[in-house]
Amino acid sequence: MGAGHAHPLHLDHDSRVHRLPAEVKIVATLLFTIVVVVTPREKFLAFAGYLVLLVGVLVLAKVPPLWLAKRATIELPFVLLAIALPFAGHGERTEWLGMSLSIDGLHGAWNILAKGTLGVLASLLLAATTTARDLLLGLDRLRCPQVFTQIATFMLRYLDILADDARRMRVARLSRGYDPRFLWQVKAFAVGVGALFIRSYERGERVYLAMVARGYNGRLPRPEGPGATTFDWARSAALPLAAAAIALVAVLA
Amino acid sequence: MNGVAMHIANGIVNAQVSAVFAAIAAAALAICVWRGRADLDDRLAPMAGLVAAFIFAVQMLNFQVLPGVSGHLLGGTLAVVLVGPWVGALCVSTVLIIQCLLFADGGLTALGLNITNMAVIGTAAGYLLVAGLLRLLPKTPRGVAVTAFVASIVSVVVASQAFVIEYALGGTTELSLGTIAASMAGAHVLIGIGEGLIAAVTVATVARVRPDLVYALRRFRTTRPAVATQKTVGAQA
Repeated sequence: MGAGHAHPLHLDHDSRVHRLPAEVKIVATLLFTIVVVVTPREKFLAFAGYLVLLVGVLVLAKVPPLWLAKRATIELPFVLLAIALPFAGHGERTEWLGMSLSIDGLHGAWNILAKGTLGVLASLLLAATTTARDLLLGLDRLRCPQVFTQIATFMLRYLDILADDARRMRVARLSRGYDPRFLWQVKAFAVGVGALFIRSYERGERVYLAMVARGYNGRLPRPEGPGATTFDWARSAALPLAAAAIALVAVLA
Repeated sequence: MNGVAMHIANGIVNAQVSAVFAAIAAAALAICVWRGRADLDDRLAPMAGLVAAFIFAVQMLNFQVLPGVSGHLLGGTLAVVLVGPWVGALCVSTVLIIQCLLFADGGLTALGLNITNMAVIGTAAGYLLVAGLLRLLPKTPRGVAVTAFVASIVSVVVASQAFVIEYALGGTTELSLGTIAASMAGAHVLIGIGEGLIAAVTVATVARVRPDLVYALRRFRTTRPAVATQKTVGAQA
């Protein structure tokens, strides 16, 4: 539980991007994504430019491209939607390989593919270079209401508790020779879910009360250090500024 | 296509409509923070975290409704019953923010849309039904379970229709809205039933073993003084 709260998308090594404070990375990712989304969809070259920028970040962060590509498959449902659009769209249609495709649908498919993919890649790079703990600290420094960071802190702790308890209960059930896997055995699953909830709550409640006894007042102590420096902000601003420049050139040209 | 409805990606709904809904979500969450802070006492704080973690885990269960069409549970009603509407909405939106930032699920610019659908509208619909049904049904574990089941189905379908409205306002491609609305509603009735079962089972167990943890039961019982003193403590904390 105290193991730095690594999450499945975090890539544990050191790089210049890893070392940046979380708050500047969050803001840079958000601004970059906004620039991508407001770019008119027919400016194809601009999207290529954004991709080049992200590849630059990827190199700086020493993230293996294949690692990133594998995780980007989270986007697949949207790709399916994008493929359906040219067939389902309205308006003017065009013939391609004997299929009647809607031009508006084709544009829409490109729009979702390009903007969706760039957004997912940017978020994945943020996740790969930031631990959950740093992210919460960053949100806290960005003046995110304390209620959120408090709920999120507990949520990340409880996720580990839930997973552990679920595993323990499964082992207990299996070692007693019961392995419910059919619909008429759903009661065992249902009882398990309820019991899991109560057990996790009671463990978590003890942890919480222990924290309160040690002076927890809704906010974890911040580590020493001033947070992001002007230099950090300037370095991370390079990504959204470059993207904005590309967008400006694309729109004006 | 329901993957879209649940966690909308960047570029599905245009920037203007996304911005409007981001503002709506921010305003709604500000109210929830204001009202929820008073609720968040020593008992509710760890509960809120657990509910959020539970919703997080449950949202990973994807239902394959049709080929290429999958959706997942929302958990808004479960949150309403266990931690109340204000903290419940905060729990669901915390899950959405963390999923967006750490798991790249849902676009950053679509966060306002996602929060409006699932955390605000879904939770509000669930709350109204829970509050109404608990007046009619007995306040027993069974009554709460039935309430959670019915409210889950309705809240999921309502949340899915909120996406249809957003798509109608700012969809980047013209599709026939009737088709979207019908397919979304159909799929989400099924998802709602799955969600309702999980919510009902969980709530029934908690109500049987630790009825003091069920916000919906506490609210309607006459234990106000005890809650009130805890509230002041929570507000100072």
